[in-house]
Amino acid sequence: MSLYTLLGALEIGLIFALVALGVLISFRILRFPDLTVDGSFPLGGAVAATLISAGADPFSATLAAIVAGAVAGFVTGWLNVKLRIMDLLASILVMTALYSINLRVMGRPNVPLISEPTVFQLLQPEAIVDYVFRPLLLVLIVIVAKLLLDWYFATQNGLAMRATGSNGRMSRAQGVNTGWMVLGGIALSNGLVGLAGALFAQTQGGADISMGIGTIVIGLAAVIIGESILPSRRIFYATLAVILGAIIYRFFVALALNSEFIGLKAQDLNLVTAVLVAIALVLPLLKRRLVARKAG
Amino acid sequence: MLDARDLHVTFNAGTPIETRALRGMTLAIPSGQFVTVIGSNGAGKSTLLNAVSGDLVVDSGRIELDGVDVTRQPVWERADRVARVFQDPMAGTCEDLTIEENLALADTRGGRRGFGRAVKAARRDEYRAHLATLGLGLENRLEDRIGLLSGGQRQAVSLLMASLRPSRILLLDEHTAALDPRTADFVLQLTVRIVAEHQLTTMMVTHSMRQALDVGERTVMLHQGQVVLDVSGEQRKGLDVPDLLAMFERVRGEQLSDDSLLLG
Repeated sequence: MSLYTLLGALEIGLIFALVALGVLISFRILRFPDLTVDGSFPLGGAVAATLISAGADPFSATLAAIVAGAVAGFVTGWLNVKLRIMDLLASILVMTALYSINLRVMGRPNVPLISEPTVFQLLQPEAIVDYVFRPLLLVLIVIVAKLLLDWYFATQNGLAMRATGSNGRMSRAQGVNTGWMVLGGIALSNGLVGLAGALFAQTQGGADISMGIGTIVIGLAAVIIGESILPSRRIFYATLAVILGAIIYRFFVALALNSEFIGLKAQDLNLVTAVLVAIALVLPLLKRRLVARKAG
Repeated sequence: MLDARDLHVTFNAGTPIETRALRGMTLAIPSGQFVTVIGSNGAGKSTLLNAVSGDLVVDSGRIELDGVDVTRQPVWERADRVARVFQDPMAGTCEDLTIEENLALADTRGGRRGFGRAVKAARRDEYRAHLATLGLGLENRLEDRIGLLSGGQRQAVSLLMASLRPSRILLLDEHTAALDPRTADFVLQLTVRIVAEHQLTTMMVTHSMRQALDVGERTVMLHQGQVVLDVSGEQRKGLDVPDLLAMFERVRGEQLSDDSLLLG
């Protein structure tokens, strides 16, 4: 595997680390199975790419993508909290609706970004080549996102959100408006995913209507892989774990697809994902058995 | 103080399994009084408790806490007035959070939760001092997940949490029923101490007649969604479990004969 493919894997891994942070908030912290991400990821990409190709400043376009993702998440939360639609179903409804909305936003199935400026091009110094600079900037973005989440979940408000997912009845008895916490949390989660979509479009040469397919599976894979290598319920380590999980996941995918002797091709991506997640799920069990055998 | 007037709650109204859980329940508890509530299954103990906490909305009637009408307020909105310990030790604490995080959550009960640090260094010392009074060694385990604690320990922490902030009423929902006898006794003694220390207005629902007479200063018996017996002071001092049982049987008997009159 060349340095170029390695850096490419790191680049996509870091973008999906943002998705993984979002999935951590919905699935793990709020225990809300949210599939909206399959729609909010391409929504972020669509909004950013369409705005940029219309001449907007890439920074404002990226910000707009975050807001769009958050609004999508808010709608899912609203359907669940206010209209009492089951959480999973509410997210599927929004995901389905977003497919049409994304087509509307773009006005066609894809919006290429070839010569248009992106946040990466605007910030890139002369001395660094683009395929090195992109992962560098992404590392910075992911670290900032991680630290902001760590900070938030240590505040009174963030603690109330964690409590909401852990024990809703007790949280209400402590005066937490759990409905609003779910709304805010799912919005925050999908805002992160919208950001990931916007950055994906700006690194991969544009937005495409099909770019969201399987986003949730990759996000969950990252969370599960992260948890199996760094099991901890502390927020600092939990956020670190899912970021590492996303990078490791992309690294193994690149390894599998680029090793000539295995003979895997790009169309085998989903198969590789499933196998990786299965391995990550079984890993803790194998570890326990190994420990038990040593002890016995 | 609690002032509950003419509460009515009917479950599954209009169906064959219709249950009239509260039928004109009226109960006033003056400030600082410790009331124990007993009654057989289906007497309306839990329903009354859930109505006061806000978990359940009454069909009719009025609930006031210190003169403020809370009848229509959801649980989280009246949480600044109501402290609560659940029957299930797992229900009153967040197992994924640490001991200090649970205490911090209770420390802001009913208050505004902004973006300040949840566990403040200054408060941490206070939590440690509170935990030390339990005599369980928990003061050295502030950063342990509360899920690692036993049921009795968690219930003791729940009691602490309920008394961190002032409340208009403390609701205890058979909070020793799920514990082994020794631990139950420990938690009960702790309850008595904390209630006395903070002079809390308290309503304790219990299955045990012994417990109902041993602690508190007033005992209320519920039957078919109403208060049928209300003893305090000298009258209560002379009572023993058999007396209470006899009273209970008499009340039930009367109720039966009432029904037979109606049917006849």
